[in-house]
This record gives sequence, structure tokens and C-alpha cells, in this order.
Amino acid sequence: MTANFFIALLRFLIFPGLLFTAVVGLVMSWLDRKVTARVQWRVGPPFLQPFYDIVKLLGKEVIVPAGGSRMAFLGAPLVGLAGATLAATLIGTAAIYGGGGGFRGDIIILLYLLVLPSLAVILGGAASKNPLASVGASREMKLLMGYELPFILVMLVPIIQSGGMLSLGNLLSFQAQHGSFAASLSGVVALVAVLPCLQAKLALVPFDQAEAETEIMGGALIEYSGAPLAVFKLTKAMMLFTAPMFLVVVLWGGFGQTLGSALLGIGKYVALLVLVILLRNTNPRVKIKHAVRFFWGPVTALALIAVLLALVGV
Amino acid sequence: MGLKLKALTKSPWVFHVSAGSCNNCDIEILDCLCPRFDIERFGALLVGSVRHADALLVTGAMNRKSAMRVKKLYDQAPKPCLVLAIGTCACDQGIFRGSYALTTPLDELLPGAVTAYVPGCPPKPEAIISGLVKALQTLQDK
Ligand code: SF4
Repeated sequence: MTANFFIALLRFLIFPGLLFTAVVGLVMSWLDRKVTARVQWRVGPPFLQPFYDIVKLLGKEVIVPAGGSRMAFLGAPLVGLAGATLAATLIGTAAIYGGGGGFRGDIIILLYLLVLPSLAVILGGAASKNPLASVGASREMKLLMGYELPFILVMLVPIIQSGGMLSLGNLLSFQAQHGSFAASLSGVVALVAVLPCLQAKLALVPFDQAEAETEIMGGALIEYSGAPLAVFKLTKAMMLFTAPMFLVVVLWGGFGQTLGSALLGIGKYVALLVLVILLRNTNPRVKIKHAVRFFWGPVTALALIAVLLALVGV
Repeated sequence: MGLKLKALTKSPWVFHVSAGSCNNCDIEILDCLCPRFDIERFGALLVGSVRHADALLVTGAMNRKSAMRVKKLYDQAPKPCLVLAIGTCACDQGIFRGSYALTTPLDELLPGAVTAYVPGCPPKPEAIISGLVKALQTLQDK
């Protein structure tokens, strides 16, 4: 029992949980900034930049706004970090250990865990008693309600195709036998429908209304400084790893057991991420009402088509 | 120099305080972020909230309305926080010295806080970058 507990703790804290995801996530956030810079014909930050940023923020003064709720303000970033870490642990364990890594129903738990970072932004913004932060929090809430509907619909596609499997491990072994879901027509439609949802989950332009720097000056994060801000930045970087990884595992065949398939899996992940970064750089920020209309209109319709196609069996 | 300060010199996020400038200095600050100069090479980012800032870039001659806001902004910034006076106006009120609309110059408003003065009307982006580097060097000497 204790041995199992220690293994679980190691998985949570070191690999594939907190430490591993944080390092990979920060490297990926460097990739994001570097690609952005190259698209804008700039040189971009050095490789270690995200690490410097986090260390610097950890060393700065922490200010809690007067009149805000101290506990919620300082606790919110930790909630987000815990959610992102646990999600990364579950996804990573399933991806590495195949069928043995997951448990029945973990895909449903993951859907909840992936919401936690957004929830933390809402909580922290609302607790800071800043009107601009409230605007940011309310936008994040609307956005969340917008993209969660098509996101969950898309998650139905692999479950229907595999005949009702609810665990990541089973979904992976099913894909290992029958080919990845993304190879079928419904899988392709699902992948297209989930891309904007991914963009919104990572709070990247065109769906960064909650943190719009030029418009509401950092939005929900406006009052954050020092260590709590570092935790938020870290959570965001970790989501840059976790969320695309989730899609690769659930829809796109995961990483397999051989070296070749693992490299292919990493390639899929990087391709997905670079696509997201390019989308971010070629689109302006839309108004929140347009974003919600976009998600509840065309994206949900596309997701429904994917579900219908999966029900028909193509 | 500790790890904390070293990281700070590698990632100075700047916040732009326009205290009644004629807008030229502001444009030159934005030039620093553009492809030709790109201060993100040195880890500097322009941030929207003063709570995220490591350096305040103050432009303009501090008129009666803006002076108190500059003081407030400095108090709201998390320390350690550098203050750079960008442009002749912010350094010593320039051609507007003695005007009825002005109060005290920046370094009397925030005694001991200003780390670097970048003169020029407006200063070149090179000068602003050099000012930032010198301000960061004062941290390294600590
Ligand atoms: S220093 Fe010159 S350019 Fe800058 S704000 Fe003053 S008058 Fe304008």
C-alpha cells in the first residue's frame, strides 16, 4: 500500500506530473514566444527566458489588494496549478503505461480537471476586488461556457467509436488495434472542431478576452504580482503541454510502445502546438459575444456532425 | 548578486507611464519593441498592469493631474522596481520648466527612486535601451 502511494506521489510530483510538465511546458512557452517573434520578423527571447521569468516573479513582492479576499486571492492560483498537475499526471501515466495506467471513467475526471485552471482565473479575478479583474473573470466565465459544449461533444466521438470505453488506457489500446480515431471521417471533423476550443482553453488570441493586455490591462490577473503571478504563468505553460497532449492521446493515437511511434506522437503534439501558435499570430482578438456565438454556432454544429458521423460509424 | 537579482536583470518587464508627454517619447518607447530593436531579446516585455512591472518608463513633464498618479503607480508597483526618466521632459521638465501647469520634477516627486535618466527630445530607441541596461547594471552592483 505504501509502495503504491509513493509511486503515485512520484508520478504526481516528478514524472509525468509537476516537475516534468513544468519544464516541458516552459520550454513550449519559449517555443510559443519564439515562433511569434519570428512571425513578426523579430529575434525573440533566449531559450531560458520563461525560466528567468518564473524565478524573477518568485522573488518579487507579493501584494494583496486591500478589500480583496486574501484566502481566495492567494489560494486560486494553487487550485489551478493542482488541476493542471493532476491532469498532466493522469494523461502522462496513461500515455506511457498504456492500458495499465488509467482507470474506468478517468476521461470524465480529466474533463473536469482541465477546467480548473480557467476556474482559478475566475476565482482569483473575482477575489481581487478590481473592476477590470471582474470584467476579465466574467469574460472567462462566458468563454468557458462557450467552448465547453463543443469540447465535450467532441469527446463523445472516441467514446462512441470505441463502443463506450471511458478510460484513457482502453481508448489507447483500442486505437493501437483499430488505428487512431483521427483516421476516420468523424475523427477528422472532431479534430477540426476541437482546435478552436483548444485555442480558447489555452487563452490564446483570438480568445484571450479574459487577459486582454491592451484592453483591460491583464484582466483577471491585473492585481497579481510576485509568486501568485508566477504560479499562474506556470499553470498556463503547463496547460500548453497538457491540453494538446490530451487531444493526441484521446483522438490521435497517443504515443504507442515503440520508439518510432513515440517520436511520431511527439511530432503530432508539436504539430498541433505550432498550428495553435500560428492561429494565434494570424488572428485578432474577437469580442466576447462573437466568441460565444462562434462556439455555440458553427463549432457546436461541427461537433454535432462529428458525433452523428461517429454514430453512423464512419 | 543573488539568483533573484540575476533573474530580474534577465527579465525586466516594463510598464509605460505617460505623465503628460507630447507622445513622441511614447512612440520611441514602442519603437524599442518593434522588429528593428526588439527588446524581447533581453527578456523585456511591455506589461499592461503595474503589478506585473519591474521598471517604470516615465515620460512627460509631470503636470498637476498626472503627478499624483505617477506617485500612486509607483506605490502600487511591487518592489524591487526601477524607475527610468525617459526624455528631457521627465528628466528636468525641459522646455516646459516654470510652466503654471507643472508641479515638481520626477526625481523630487519620487525621491531616490529614479535609477536612470535618458535625455533627448525624444531620445533614440538606442538611448532608451542603453538606459535600461545601465539601470539593470546598478542592480548588479548591489
Ligand atoms: S522630451 Fe520632447 S519628445 Fe519627449 S515628451 Fe518632452 S517634448 Fe515630447
